[in-house]
Amino acid sequence: MSWVLALPILIPFVTAVLAFLLRGSRMGDLASVAGAVVSLAAAVLLVAVVLDRGVVAGQVGGWQAPYGITLVADHLSAAMVLITAIIGLAVAVWSLAEIGPESSRLGYHALFQSLLGGVTGAFLTGDLFNLYVWFEVLLISSFGLLVIGGRKQAIDGAVKYVTLNLIATVLFLAGAGLLYGATGTLNMADLRGAVAASPDQGLMTLIAMMLMVAFGMKAAVFPLFFWLPASYHTPHYAVSAVFAGLLTKVGVYALMRVFTLIFVGDIGYTHEILLWVSLLTMLTGVLGAAAQSDFRKILSFHIISQIGYMVLGLALMTPLAVMGAVFYLLHHIIVKTNLFLIAGVSRRLTGSSDLYAIGGLYRSAPLLAALFIIPAFSLAGFPPLSGFWAKFVIVRASLDLGEWLVAGVALLVGLLTIFSMTKIWAEAFWKAHPEGRQPALADLPPSARWQMMVPIIALAVMTVAIGAFPSAFLDFATKGAEQLLDPAAYVAAVLGEARR
Amino acid sequence: MNSLILSVGARFLTGLFLLFSLFVLLRGHNSPGGGFIGGLIGAAGFVLYSFAAGVEDARRALRVDPRAIGVWGMAIAVLSGLASALAGLDPFTGLWLILADLALSTVLVFDIGVYLAVFGAILTLVFALEETV
Repeated sequence: MSWVLALPILIPFVTAVLAFLLRGSRMGDLASVAGAVVSLAAAVLLVAVVLDRGVVAGQVGGWQAPYGITLVADHLSAAMVLITAIIGLAVAVWSLAEIGPESSRLGYHALFQSLLGGVTGAFLTGDLFNLYVWFEVLLISSFGLLVIGGRKQAIDGAVKYVTLNLIATVLFLAGAGLLYGATGTLNMADLRGAVAASPDQGLMTLIAMMLMVAFGMKAAVFPLFFWLPASYHTPHYAVSAVFAGLLTKVGVYALMRVFTLIFVGDIGYTHEILLWVSLLTMLTGVLGAAAQSDFRKILSFHIISQIGYMVLGLALMTPLAVMGAVFYLLHHIIVKTNLFLIAGVSRRLTGSSDLYAIGGLYRSAPLLAALFIIPAFSLAGFPPLSGFWAKFVIVRASLDLGEWLVAGVALLVGLLTIFSMTKIWAEAFWKAHPEGRQPALADLPPSARWQMMVPIIALAVMTVAIGAFPSAFLDFATKGAEQLLDPAAYVAAVLGEARR
Repeated sequence: MNSLILSVGARFLTGLFLLFSLFVLLRGHNSPGGGFIGGLIGAAGFVLYSFAAGVEDARRALRVDPRAIGVWGMAIAVLSGLASALAGLDPFTGLWLILADLALSTVLVFDIGVYLAVFGAILTLVFALEETV
């Protein structure tokens, strides 16, 4: 069982080594893509096993829980691993067209694969300290990827990113240390019982808040989001696409895991804070986006506002709301990555990412325009696309609780999202190019055209498919939410194995 | 940096750092220590040398590209974890070879991999930073 859980983590690191040794040659690029394909296969296998048997757990090194490092996959983890592999493959292919030999030689593909390995590790680990280690792996690889663009602006963004993330990481480490001192365990399943049994509940709430701040900073929630718009518009487009899709979601995932599994002792306090944080995150993100005029900056601010919806689902803590948060998480990763990839193609065709300096894409590149509409309207929550169901469930859950204000804010933010998306549409696609250029996809060399458009089309098809056949995905998310809210199966899978 | 004390001292200290890092690496199995902290100490030795003699000299003294050291370290660590598959055990389970008083294991191989990965990664970062600043 352990190998099914370990392979999705190991494959990216093996790929990273191969890609580094073959760097600079075409083989290095292909090794990265081939590794991504194998990762996808391993992720599909993991999802199949989880669908078949429910929560599965494995012990690294044969040391039984709660002493060794546990790997666990429930529905949420398995789905996150699968989606990481999908995004990894899509961006690995897309990178072939964008990443030049210079960045390749510096080790772009190796860093990219290490990042995917770190993200996968964070989704699969069942140990709080191990989660910290994966956060470090993520941080180091993402720092490398940010800098590899090599321009001054990129270094500026990277320094802000790393400094703020280091603060979050130190806070996380301090919280984990306190928790270990107070309970004597860091195995997450074991912590559930240990935290509930702790005589000092005040200290537990304090630790919960330390972790909330640490994960909140990683997830870019209000008021700790400012590193994100400062850094996401500087690196290669492929890099910002994978960051936009996956990095903040690791923070959201960690929040969801810790605040459903471990810290549920004082929900009235912790989840009330999460609720207000999520509302302010939604609002500030969407208002920040309205003030921007750069393609990637608008999209970056929208990441923040969308994170708000996911945290909102967690804060409401009803089965329907948590299900909405899970569904939102999965839908959002696909949509957001796709929008950044489209922004990259638009930049390549028009020569700029400033919306006021570009235009004419609708007339000369209608395919790109059609492909932009799908994720953009999905983001805003238009039926029948995936985002509609995500928002529908969250709003429905808040109305069920009688939280009229919450539902109102969620709907208002959806409306403002349309404003930003139509702004991009009107400026980049609809109006004529200010210099009279006719940017067409045919301008790209044929190989680059395929490498860039196939991932975008594939992700758009997934968005449409989730929207058109939501019941299968909603069922899956419902099962995931049930496991989160009643972690008996999770705890039994981890600790039961220890007593085998 | 032009300091006679530093540049003379660094020549001795770098060697001592490396020796101590190997000591920490090897004692790490049952006592505090191990690959991660050993790698940091070893890297600190070369960082000190680069302060005293310049990055160029430090690179020459290292002989191998630190990035390659880091990646090979990662490869060794991953391979030592995969070895347990051959024995049909959980990933990263230690396999032991006992020769009289000498106990060798894949755990040690893993630690050496971690040592090299940390050593290479830290030196890559520090050298790159020193060259740009």
